[in-house]
Amino acid sequence: MPTFGWRQATRIIVLMLVTFAILFPLSATVLGGFKTQGDLTTNPFLFPRNWHLEFYHGILVDPDFWRYLWNSLFISFVTTLITVIVASMAAFTFSHMRFFGSEYIFGYLLMGLMFPFAAAIIPLFIKVRDFGLVDTPWGVIVPQVAFGLAFSTLLFRTFFDELPRELFEAARVDGCGYARFYLSFTLPLSTPIIATVATFIFVGSWNNYLLPLIMLNSSENITWPLGMLQFQGEYIVEWNKILAFVTLSLAPAIVFFLAAQKYIVAGLTGGAVKG
Amino acid sequence: MSLAHTHTAPAAASRPSRLRKAMRDGRLTTILFFLPPALMLFTLFVFMPLLEGAWYSGFKWSGYGEGPTDWVGSRNFERLTKHSTFMRSFNNTLVFVGVALLLQIPLGMAMALLIYRKSKSNTFFRLVFFVPFILAEVATGLIWSFIFDGDYGVTSIFTTWFGWEQVYPLADRTWAMPVLLLVFVWKYFGFHMMIFIAALQSIPDDLIEAARIDGGTPWQITRYIQIPMLKPAIVVSVFFAVVGSLQLFDLIIPLTRGGPSNTTHTLVSYLYNFGLVRQKVGFGSSVGVVLFIVSFVFAFSYRRFVMRQGEK
Repeated sequence: MPTFGWRQATRIIVLMLVTFAILFPLSATVLGGFKTQGDLTTNPFLFPRNWHLEFYHGILVDPDFWRYLWNSLFISFVTTLITVIVASMAAFTFSHMRFFGSEYIFGYLLMGLMFPFAAAIIPLFIKVRDFGLVDTPWGVIVPQVAFGLAFSTLLFRTFFDELPRELFEAARVDGCGYARFYLSFTLPLSTPIIATVATFIFVGSWNNYLLPLIMLNSSENITWPLGMLQFQGEYIVEWNKILAFVTLSLAPAIVFFLAAQKYIVAGLTGGAVKG
Repeated sequence: MSLAHTHTAPAAASRPSRLRKAMRDGRLTTILFFLPPALMLFTLFVFMPLLEGAWYSGFKWSGYGEGPTDWVGSRNFERLTKHSTFMRSFNNTLVFVGVALLLQIPLGMAMALLIYRKSKSNTFFRLVFFVPFILAEVATGLIWSFIFDGDYGVTSIFTTWFGWEQVYPLADRTWAMPVLLLVFVWKYFGFHMMIFIAALQSIPDDLIEAARIDGGTPWQITRYIQIPMLKPAIVVSVFFAVVGSLQLFDLIIPLTRGGPSNTTHTLVSYLYNFGLVRQKVGFGSSVGVVLFIVSFVFAFSYRRFVMRQGEK
């Protein structure tokens, strides 16, 4: 088959071109952090003429950088923990109990999937302010949990509905209550879905920009996307420093992605195709 | 919490024996402990802000004091329609939706068709193509604003080479929008690709094998078997593309901040700039209401007309 080779060649060329289009800006960013200003101006994309480590080093010893990352880590971790607990509890109830109106309440929560979060940011800001949570991590955490509930409850419920009913009946006969069943059977059996939901909520929170932008203002409390733009504002023309900062801020996300890609893909496809 | 009560109460009243049974076997306690946290959080921080937004949009209010008092009726909405920057941002948002549908999704599908089969090299491409999606928007924006910086980036190579004057695409009224659209496609096509890959992998192999034995060319197999079977995935993909594009904000800020001369705002960056930053709670809320109505009308009719059909 003579066409086979031709077809295969086109395929490889297309894939290579797209790969290049994706890796080129990323490699320019990583390499840019090793260049001096002068080198960067004349040679923006290729390998540096001399490798300079001081720009990366300068950021790694900057306590602000670590504080931004720590603030993001704290907010993302607490958001994920609360979302998983609250959403799985609600999903457990919907999955095990049919009572009058339960499907309506479930539908009410699912409306959150269709609402554009951004449409409500001004009233949300006023609400958070009235609770006295502006410029605290909780001002970001609580709305993030609320907005993640629809997606998480849906994924949890879909999964819980698939768990074998016989197990529950057997446990009931042995006198196991709902709360104990939830803690010692449902949750341990649900680690894949917990991992998927947790990964999604965590990444969403880690990359979130709009909500922290509105809720946080002191440099003590801001998360890394805000810190990064603040850093860029300070060193507006010193691209080498900015690129080093971007690279180091992205590094944890890339490592995390490589470790958790299975769950990210599962969340995308399971949540999307089934939902 | 109130919802759980109102919905359980009538059922209980009409069937007292069931309520007693529910109390005895612990169902009632479980419902009363497990549901309220989710319902309260959702009601307080998602549902109520949306209603309050609709209420605030009828006022002129700075956000301070007891609450809104200066009722202006529909004046905020009238001001929106007269503000050319708003119309521009509305239009830009539609352009993003259009590009998502016409470029992003087809590119995602094409890549999925090329690499959906399980192999080592395909796993590599899949990972690489998905990387932009997991990068934070703000970081993506900064990276690309370096690439298109007139003093350093790609354009400077061309301009120095030909000895032209320096060009700053992101500060140029003609070029800023195309650059944003390019970055937008770059950032999100991998998401759609993943949805299509999952759908393609679930198509039974014997179906494709049978078509091949019957003499189907690879192109015919794609056109008449794979793409038709991707329909449910396309339905999902389009939904996320539209809802996501309507809310685009994070990418705009590091790249153009809505400039030059407010030509690249989206609905949300307009809302942020002209509502929140300027402390016009009423006016900003009216932008939120517009965004909500557009999304709601889309989501509702899409679910009703497209998703239902897909199920049949």
